[in-house]
Amino acid sequence: MNQSSLQSFLRRNPYLFTLLLLVVAIFFNFQFQDNLFEANVVNRNMRVLLPTMLLTVGQAIVIIGGGIDLSVGTMVSMINAILVTRILPDSTSSEIALGFFLACGAGILAGMFNGLCVAYLRLQPVVTTYATSFVFSGIALAILPRPAGQIPRPLTDFYRNPQLGIPTAVYIIILLLIFWVLLRSTRYGQFLFATGSKANAAYTTGVPVVRIRFSTYVWSGLFAAFAAIALTLLSGSGDPRLGDDMTLPTIVAVVLGGTRLSGGQGGIAGPLMGVAILTVIGNIISFANIDSWYQDLVNALIIIIALAGPGIVRLIRRLIGR
Amino acid sequence: MINSLKALQTRLSPPLLALLLAIILYFIGGILAPGFVNVEQAINIVRLAAFLGIIAAGQTLIIISGSEGIDLSAGAVVTLGAILAFRISNGQDSMVIPGLLVALAAGASIGFSNGLGITLFGIPPLVMTLGMTGVVAGTIRAVTRGELEGGTPPIMGKLISAPLVAGLPGVIFLWLLIGFGMWLLLERTAYGKQLFAIGINRTTARLSGVRVQLVVLATYTLGGLLAALGGFILLAFSQTVFLNLGQPYLFPSIAAVVVGGTVLAGGQGSYWGTMSGALVLTLLQSLLRALQIEEALQLIVLGSTLVVLISFYGRERKLRQ
Repeated sequence: MNQSSLQSFLRRNPYLFTLLLLVVAIFFNFQFQDNLFEANVVNRNMRVLLPTMLLTVGQAIVIIGGGIDLSVGTMVSMINAILVTRILPDSTSSEIALGFFLACGAGILAGMFNGLCVAYLRLQPVVTTYATSFVFSGIALAILPRPAGQIPRPLTDFYRNPQLGIPTAVYIIILLLIFWVLLRSTRYGQFLFATGSKANAAYTTGVPVVRIRFSTYVWSGLFAAFAAIALTLLSGSGDPRLGDDMTLPTIVAVVLGGTRLSGGQGGIAGPLMGVAILTVIGNIISFANIDSWYQDLVNALIIIIALAGPGIVRLIRRLIGR
Repeated sequence: MINSLKALQTRLSPPLLALLLAIILYFIGGILAPGFVNVEQAINIVRLAAFLGIIAAGQTLIIISGSEGIDLSAGAVVTLGAILAFRISNGQDSMVIPGLLVALAAGASIGFSNGLGITLFGIPPLVMTLGMTGVVAGTIRAVTRGELEGGTPPIMGKLISAPLVAGLPGVIFLWLLIGFGMWLLLERTAYGKQLFAIGINRTTARLSGVRVQLVVLATYTLGGLLAALGGFILLAFSQTVFLNLGQPYLFPSIAAVVVGGTVLAGGQGSYWGTMSGALVLTLLQSLLRALQIEEALQLIVLGSTLVVLISFYGRERKLRQ
């Protein structure tokens, strides 16, 4: 096979490795869990996947724009606290709508705060969003000091059960992909990639770099609100630390999805597959009869090998090429 | 006002400003919380800062090396270092040195693996060290099965955390020693010069004869080793180990480096800045605790103060130059 054409094919399809990884992972999962493709198992997996996927979309947009957001997890916790204190088992539909509206507003405000610090004050994103994650965590604790709350049953049922035989999450994933294709084709989308790849060059050619950077964090806040809504409907209750551990998986998923942390490249289809890969790996480990004390280690090793995959391929090719 | 602030910024180096902030915080503490300002409390704060500062030493080197350099595995390595020293010494004074050596070797080899993943396979430092956190924590779980047996040799407490000379615990002297060692390493060795060079620009460093990959590998190895040393010292203070011992020190160690004026983009910084940063952070936390405000408010104040601190020196360059 012509090597240069293979290389250019891979360059044009950066998701190929991710897709391959996902197929392999699902194959192994099926070996250990033979009811994997039954409708109710698919539904259960999809509804667990969706919150992290929504959160990862926001993270991917920030990373493509050249930043990173370490506060997404505590934003989810904060918005979960708002939701369960606003929506009670006997709430009317207008009260429920107000709850969702407030949740989105809180996410956008939190994202604007991050964006203000990073884009306008030019603070370093890693430490800044780490610092603001404390603020959001504190607000979550102030609103909801301990796990409590109950979401009305019809709402949680709507999220947990399939609609017209297809898991609710599938509709939302399709919407996300359409959203991304539309966003990428706009002028805003081009500005986003330009800002992430070479901010200075983009600035001199008239791209509103600061505003674009600011907007990526607002997207991230809004998607954190969506993730919080999905997670709250999934769990049906509130916990001021519910989302705290979701931040780091979103970053791993973005990298597994072939999006570079340095920005200016990538998309959201890869990161969405990245989330699926992480979940499937978790499934494999829990169904493969691995000694429970070894599960964390095996999980971490598989993730490192998956991360190293493209690098290993590159290394082998360079060694053969010589 | 803004102009005079700018003038102040140019005259004061970041480490000096951090130190100044620490002193101001201490006096604010004295005014707001009666009993906050006394010799005993001051020694205790410096002692806590010393733990954080030693753990942040490796982080300083790795962040200076640039190219998104960061070590998220430091917390797990701290835990590992403490557990190894705890198990191997098993409470016997004679086994302290073997325990320390094994802990350091384990830390160095984890750092080396981080370096390999980053240089050889091109994994971004953030996710490489994050994945390594999982591997280290997983290994600890798998090997110990949750049963952490062992003991802390009495000599460790005596030499490190209890008052040693003039009422000051040994860890403070050790911290000063490490501070001097770090200064020598960064400012007076070829390695230090090469580290700053690769932090500023890897391509120009390579073209002027620096073996970039080797320096990166050495830096992550040193980072792991210093984190394990931090774990050993933490054990003297905590006297016991648990699976999450080191994790609470991870992000404060990064924040201490940044507050001390080391640039996260790399190529610029000092360990003495990190030392002042560790003092500021420890003071801030002690002050919030002394004021006895509720946890929610503590978190909010801590987070906002961090943002303000970063805004002094963590700012990136303007787009228009």
